[in-house]
Amino acid sequence: MPPTLEQPGISHAASDPMRPEPYFVASVSRETHDTFTLSVEPANGVPAAGFAPGQFSMLYVFGVGELPISISGDPEQAGRLTYTVRSVGPATQALVSRVTGDWLGVRGPFGAAWPLEAVRGKDVLIIAGGIGLAPLRPAIYHILRHRDDYVRLIVLYGARSPGDLLYKKELAAWGRSPDTQVLTTVDYGGVNWRGRVGVVTTLFRHLRMHPDKTVAFICGPEIMMRYVITELEENRGVLANDIYLSMERNMKCAVGFCGHCQYGPYFICKDGPVFCYQKLRGLLGKHEL
Amino acid sequence: MGPTVASNRSVIEVEGIAQLIALLQRRGYQVAGPTLRDGAIACEIINKLEDLPAGWTDEQAPGHYRVKKRNDGALFGYSVGPQSWKKFLHPPELQLVELRRDGASLKILHNHSVFPHFAFLGVRPCELAAIAVQDRVFQGGRFTDPHYDGRRGQVFIVAVQCTQAGPSCFCASMGTGPRAREGFDVALTEIIDSDHHLFVAEAGTKAGAEVLKELHAVPATPVLCQQAEESIRHASVQTRQMDTAGIRDLLYENFDHPEWDNVATRCLSCANCTMVCPTCFCTTMEDVSEVTGEHAGRWRRWDSCFTQSFSYIHGGSVRTSSKSRFRQWMTHKLASWIDQFGTSGCVGCGRCITWCPVGIEITEEVHAIRGGGVNAAPISKGDNIHELA
Ligand SMILES: Cc1cc2nc3c(=O)[nH]c(=O)nc-3n(C[C@H](O)[C@H](O)[C@H](O)COP(=O)(O)OP(=O)(O)OC[C@H]3O[C@@H](n4cnc5c(N)ncnc54)[C@H](O)[C@@H]3O)c2cc1C
Ligand code: SF4
Ligand code: SF4
Repeated sequence: MPPTLEQPGISHAASDPMRPEPYFVASVSRETHDTFTLSVEPANGVPAAGFAPGQFSMLYVFGVGELPISISGDPEQAGRLTYTVRSVGPATQALVSRVTGDWLGVRGPFGAAWPLEAVRGKDVLIIAGGIGLAPLRPAIYHILRHRDDYVRLIVLYGARSPGDLLYKKELAAWGRSPDTQVLTTVDYGGVNWRGRVGVVTTLFRHLRMHPDKTVAFICGPEIMMRYVITELEENRGVLANDIYLSMERNMKCAVGFCGHCQYGPYFICKDGPVFCYQKLRGLLGKHEL
Repeated sequence: MGPTVASNRSVIEVEGIAQLIALLQRRGYQVAGPTLRDGAIACEIINKLEDLPAGWTDEQAPGHYRVKKRNDGALFGYSVGPQSWKKFLHPPELQLVELRRDGASLKILHNHSVFPHFAFLGVRPCELAAIAVQDRVFQGGRFTDPHYDGRRGQVFIVAVQCTQAGPSCFCASMGTGPRAREGFDVALTEIIDSDHHLFVAEAGTKAGAEVLKELHAVPATPVLCQQAEESIRHASVQTRQMDTAGIRDLLYENFDHPEWDNVATRCLSCANCTMVCPTCFCTTMEDVSEVTGEHAGRWRRWDSCFTQSFSYIHGGSVRTSSKSRFRQWMTHKLASWIDQFGTSGCVGCGRCITWCPVGIEITEEVHAIRGGGVNAAPISKGDNIHELA
């Protein structure tokens, strides 16, 4: 921009991507002992901006801090935004302690989405670990709503213990939908558990797959995602181009200014968090990258 | 590149610099320029000609910086100091938003919608390049940082061409200096010898031309123009160089090079290199609230990839070793920056070399990664432990 030589006047910042908008908490529900689902609505009454499955918001708690949290609600339910938050530290603890009517600052939505348009006509294999099911739930909602656009829907979900499984009722309901298979497993079952025990990759033996017609969406701890990718690529013949995963790194701004989320050449906040595995080959698993 | 001695050069005297400062102030600019502060040449808001470090120079080496007297009255007779213009365009700390809780409502107030208007006096060619790099970071992508944008859009830049290079400088090999050809409103070349002390001035913009006209700058003779170009050429002879051929792939392919272990035995993870670098842009957020709980603020502060907390995610930091942090810094500067912003993140200003307390030299580290031998012991004088803001 050429500098002006007029007597400098007052300039106003245009839109500020770092300014949160006030929202209020419309509902809070408990998922597990440490995980809650919150829905928020804009304080100014204007319906919340739409989002694409896989995107996240920056949620700000007054005076405490701001965090990246994936949107876990239905993308076609207008007006509100839904998040599922696991309390692991001060800011997430403050988030899950909100009650109906409390205020939150919201920025976003940010980031790259699951490629739901591009994978029409395919079998969609969704693999989640722990809280990783939250950013995948909007994709599941989308597929179930547009059922004819996709062939099979398979959900593989692993959690630490039966008490850590999210969305239990919904998992059961999804499993009863046509052409949909939902398999869950836990690391430690306990005495009353009648379901499967073992890491999420052990669920693969219950599957018959068509590798050339399958796309996989994965979100969970990095180590789990690496095992799943090995299984998909080496044992199941799914191509790297058909594997998508959602990555996590420290994030302070979500718009590529703070530098914290860099991952090799990428900024996870704007190039991701959803990446095609083809792009991350050679990066994933590199120690201290 | 042969010098293009254009006929549109003009000449101003030392007194003309005083008039330039006054003129810019009359136009409403806060004039920032080099000035002597805490034993270094800093970039500060200046009021008058006398604030410039006339007759001072610096002595630089890896891990070593000293100001000392020159035997003439040169106004710009030194290399870049520990600070850069970054502190004005991308301030070290900045409140982004202010929030008030007022009974049932939450007010989120935008901070700083009125931006200061700066005129920078004495911007070196490598620093013009650094500003252009940060323009890409904060204005060139999908998102624009309104705080940077608001400051940057108003800046009036008076560049000063380099006529002497310091031992840390390697702009010539980075293609960023010692002569600036764009990115300024006015560029000055200082000429000081037994006969004269004056400045050959060229305008880079219409605004710059107007300012020179208002200063009643007289046309420069071809002889003076020639002398100016000669002295700039003199500064392009630099002992330090960085070989940038294929540098992006070089670093990507050498993630496991033993030099990273070697440099980690010396690097203190003190973050000085990132604080002095004119292109480093990383920040963190800090939330503050009053005891009453009615009022809160979000502050953005410069951060460094050398800190442990930088890469923290629940469960622990991603980069725990100083080896991985040094590697991240250098790989970002010289490789991933190219993917992210289409330019190198290093402009060859040499600050990280001078201000590293143990004298680690980015140029030598590239050399070592290229297989030029693992870098030897530090050649630092080890006396550079100034606190940098
Ligand atoms: C794109 C993205 C989407 C996410 N979606 C969800 C979600 O849907 N539900 C959910 O429960 N969690 C999600 N997380 C993780 C969540 O942001 C962290 O659990 C949270 O930041 C921890 O903050 P804390 O202060 O409670 O804990 P602490 O562990 O004390 O963290 C301190 C600070 O470190 C940083 N930090 C710590 N862990 C992470 C992390 N995993 N990712 C990024 N920054 C971190 C934050 O700045 C945090 O304030 C997501 C993370 C990312 C990057
Ligand atoms: S990396 Fe060092 S030499 Fe390069 S621009 Fe930054 S401070 Fe200057
Ligand atoms: S200034 Fe030197 S010691 Fe400090 S972090 Fe940078 S390279 Fe390491």
